Amino acid sequence: MNEKYLPLLATIVVFLALFLTGGMLYKHFLSTLVLGDILADNAFIITAAIGTTFVILSGGIDLSIGSMIGFVGVVIANLDAVGWHPLASAAMMLAFGVLFGGLQGLIIEFCEIQPFIVTLAGLFLLRGACFMINLDSVPIHHPFVAYFASLSIDLPGEGYLRSSAIVMLVSLAAAIVIAHFTRFGANVYAIGGDRTSAQLMGVPMRRTTMAIYALGGFYSALGGVIYAFYTSSGYPLAGTGNELTAIASVVLGGTLLTGGVGMVAGTLFGGMILGLIATLINFNGSLNGAWIMIAGGMLLFIFIVMQRSLVGSFRLRATN
Amino acid sequence: MKHSADIEAEAPSASRLRVILGHRAVWPLLALALIFAVDGFISPGFFNIRIVEGRLFGNLIDILYRAVPTAVVALGMAIVIGTKGIDLSVGSVIAIVGAVITWRIHAGDPHFVVLLIALGVGLLCGLWNGFLVAVLDIQPIIATLILMVSGRGIGLMINLLYGGTNPSFQSELLQGLSVGHIGLIPTRLVLGGAIFAALWLLIRRTALGLFLEAVGGNSAAADLAGVDARLVKYAAYLICGLCAAWAGVILAADTHTSDPVSVGLYIELDAILAVVIGGGSLAGGRIYLGMTVLGALVIQALTTSILTSGLPPEYNLVVKAFVVIVVLLLQSNNLRSALYASFAGRKR
Repeated sequence: MNEKYLPLLATIVVFLALFLTGGMLYKHFLSTLVLGDILADNAFIITAAIGTTFVILSGGIDLSIGSMIGFVGVVIANLDAVGWHPLASAAMMLAFGVLFGGLQGLIIEFCEIQPFIVTLAGLFLLRGACFMINLDSVPIHHPFVAYFASLSIDLPGEGYLRSSAIVMLVSLAAAIVIAHFTRFGANVYAIGGDRTSAQLMGVPMRRTTMAIYALGGFYSALGGVIYAFYTSSGYPLAGTGNELTAIASVVLGGTLLTGGVGMVAGTLFGGMILGLIATLINFNGSLNGAWIMIAGGMLLFIFIVMQRSLVGSFRLRATN
Repeated sequence: MKHSADIEAEAPSASRLRVILGHRAVWPLLALALIFAVDGFISPGFFNIRIVEGRLFGNLIDILYRAVPTAVVALGMAIVIGTKGIDLSVGSVIAIVGAVITWRIHAGDPHFVVLLIALGVGLLCGLWNGFLVAVLDIQPIIATLILMVSGRGIGLMINLLYGGTNPSFQSELLQGLSVGHIGLIPTRLVLGGAIFAALWLLIRRTALGLFLEAVGGNSAAADLAGVDARLVKYAAYLICGLCAAWAGVILAADTHTSDPVSVGLYIELDAILAVVIGGGSLAGGRIYLGMTVLGALVIQALTTSILTSGLPPEYNLVVKAFVVIVVLLLQSNNLRSALYASFAGRKR
């Protein structure tokens, strides 16, 4: 079997193990209903994390995701109040996501400033813009949002796949195609693997970097749209800290932060694992939010150490 | 060791303007001057300093006073970044330290011991981060992400140990260190100055400083030259943990409570920003302590100015983002040369 699938496989095994543990602990846990809920509740963050996967695969990082989710929701809610159709404002915000991400990519590439700092400024800028627009939660009244939330496909068993989960899965499929079956995808892996070599081989650095961050911006804006439709409101504090959850999902999904190694599909399972932990702790009832944070940290630790040893054994085999 | 700016200064053909503009202290100082100029324009009494109840009062003192926690954290961050690392967990360390202080005071420990325990907790966190980075060889941004994600949860758990969500405490010793004053000057400023002096001596007058920059410049080369890179990285994270713990003491004593969810929120980002505005590169190899403090002052001056200027506080983040972007763009060689080129072109 190809070694590059090992981290992905490990992620899936951990997910299944956690799911089975939940099934042994609680009645009715092992159902498509719980699975569908986890997918729907975490759809926005997994969607955003899919974009982050590209950024991280290229060796960069994007901290502006959480603020983008909040900003998109606030703008859609405020445009709804003045009579825009939610789909029109959503389309506009997706375009904004692409432009904003592309601009971040341009600054990173042209001015040679670390992605961490540029996207940090992006985080401040968008969150500040949320606060400037309004400080309270604004409801979205348009009937389309309620209609969108009611859409679902029945799963075997009593579960169903909600519209937010469907959008997430479709965008995941698109991301897999982009990552593994296009020239752009190959360029992303090349830049992440070895920047200098990629440049020498003729990978268009500026265009590719801009496209990577534009894609990241698009997916985080899409995450924001899903979140706004799912909660049918725009809240200026929405998505606070979600950039870290997204990065954690990517890492749990087996993508190396050094870039060049990983799979987009892994991010789905990484995000699902985090969602599963939260669900397990909620099922327990006596545990509180503090446990979600601690369990997330511990899991991250275990995963990183596991990845280290995996990568270490590859290197040993290569040198022997 | 020569910085590129120094070498440029010795080149005879370089124009004086370019030499001055090339110095790393220029842009942050200009930013600070610009912020103060706008302040002086908007509110004429901005620079007034008066003595009330035997201590100094005024906007400038307030900026220094409020900048202390960020500056102390940023000093530790500068050292970690100097070794090509990063520490995202400082905010969580502050949360844990605050929770431990409140817990131990409630448990009846002498307050001096509580202070030592608090610093010990910072060291312990530094030890954990150092273990992940130096021994397990995990990328610093991920290694410290672990404590960042779980640290605030640990703080909440400690609070729950003896019941209560945001327990408060009273301590003359700790509050004296944070909000008290020695003569006219706030105590935290004096102690912050002492920490700066101690770190400056450590970095500039001992071999450790050289080793830290060597490891950041090229870890493998430093290792081959006989520097124990692992030990040096450990030292950097320990110092950073200690600095964060001190900021935790100041902030906990300031608010009299342990509030792990919101204390020191985003302080890691501010600290990293302070280092970068001060000209430090995340690529490592350089530690500029004085410049880092300048960076922290720029950030705090900006925040205070927005609050005193009458702009709604909601504008804080947006203005901050713009200033950060402008300062960074001006520091970029590529953009500067592009600007020079277009400027020279127009003259011809």
